[in-house]
Amino acid sequence: MASTREMRLRIRSVKNLSQVTKALETVSASRVRKAIQAHNSSKPYAEKAWKVLVHLARQPGHNALHPLLADRPTVKKALVILVTSDRGLAGSYNANIFRHALHEFNQKPYPVDFVAVGKKGRDLLLRRRKNVIAEFSDLPSPPLYKEVAPITSLVIEDFEKGIYDEVYICYTQFINMMRYEPVTRRLLPLKILYKDEIPNPNVLDATHRTHSVFTFEPDEGEVLNNIVPHFTGIQIFQAILSAQTSEHAARMIAMRNATESAQDLIQSLQLEYNKLRQTLITNEMLDIAGGANALAQENE
Amino acid sequence: MPIRCEIVSQDRVVFSEDVDMVILPGGGGQMGILPNHSPVLTTLQYGIVHVKKNGEEHYFTVAGGFAEVQPDQVTILADAAENVEEINLQRAEEARRRAENLLKQGVPQDTDEYLNIQAALRRSNLRIEAVRRYRRHH
Repeated sequence: MASTREMRLRIRSVKNLSQVTKALETVSASRVRKAIQAHNSSKPYAEKAWKVLVHLARQPGHNALHPLLADRPTVKKALVILVTSDRGLAGSYNANIFRHALHEFNQKPYPVDFVAVGKKGRDLLLRRRKNVIAEFSDLPSPPLYKEVAPITSLVIEDFEKGIYDEVYICYTQFINMMRYEPVTRRLLPLKILYKDEIPNPNVLDATHRTHSVFTFEPDEGEVLNNIVPHFTGIQIFQAILSAQTSEHAARMIAMRNATESAQDLIQSLQLEYNKLRQTLITNEMLDIAGGANALAQENE
Repeated sequence: MPIRCEIVSQDRVVFSEDVDMVILPGGGGQMGILPNHSPVLTTLQYGIVHVKKNGEEHYFTVAGGFAEVQPDQVTILADAAENVEEINLQRAEEARRRAENLLKQGVPQDTDEYLNIQAALRRSNLRIEAVRRYRRHH
């Protein structure tokens, strides 16, 4: 059995630990709030841009509109952007998204390269000997659009050069504080599903049913060159915001659980310590009483 | 019949109302848009979006982006947009001074930094100009 001194030390170290996890939980809670705010405030722009793109795609002959919209007949190689966190202590957050990505792309008939956003994902990918062509870590939280833009230009450039025929992004979609799901979305070629539009009651218009053809100012090429890559960037931006929100939420929950377990541990340790202390005192009392009795008997 | 005008920047909805007329700095020049305009997709230059509604006038600065015009709707997706009434003149002037000082120190012309400073300078000039010309009360 441990001595009382050892037990006291142990209780103290668990207490310190629980203070650390408690602090981390509080920090994560405020980060989640900020991240949700950032995610929500960039949403209207993304939704409007998406609508414009849907209108564009409805134009006759849209497959020829822009190279980023055109499907390629065969896929020789694909690129996957994997969004993870830079730091650990976020429960199963990184493990889940990584498992999801491997599961999604392990059985593909074509080779797959990776772009790692976040250190944890990079390390996991390298350990599995995956081909990581670029790494973006230490993004601020929440990031600004321009801080995410280099990822977009890298991806678009390599796609246009024909190095990759498809580009995907794997990230953790934030649903609410308790739910976040790993998802994979195809970024390029941009896929426009009409049914994918989520009708938003706050938007007055829904979508236009007019099928008249757009006029482009100053000309079609310039407008499309402006809009289409921009839109890819917004998708990446939104995905990263969503992933960061999930990360902070996951960390907050993990830390809350850790704090609770620490409290339980402290309680049971304290109980054990008290029992031990009590036993020691009782033993000493018995000793003294025994000694006193023996003396008393001798005196008689 | 009014036309719906929505001005959205990357981080928020700046303006969203039914209006009578919108004048915007299109890639091919100024465009005035009335209800029932034919569909147009245009890039935006740095400049002022001018909105008319029941005799009221609203002015917004936009720093590039693009706009979609439909018969009943104008959607302006700006890289940055602000209501002229909301612009903090002091901050804009400070930003201009900072940018000008940096340029004076001689940043090499073909670097990203140079382009960033130039863009910042253009933005602050646009803001200051917009406030001078269009703000109702200084």
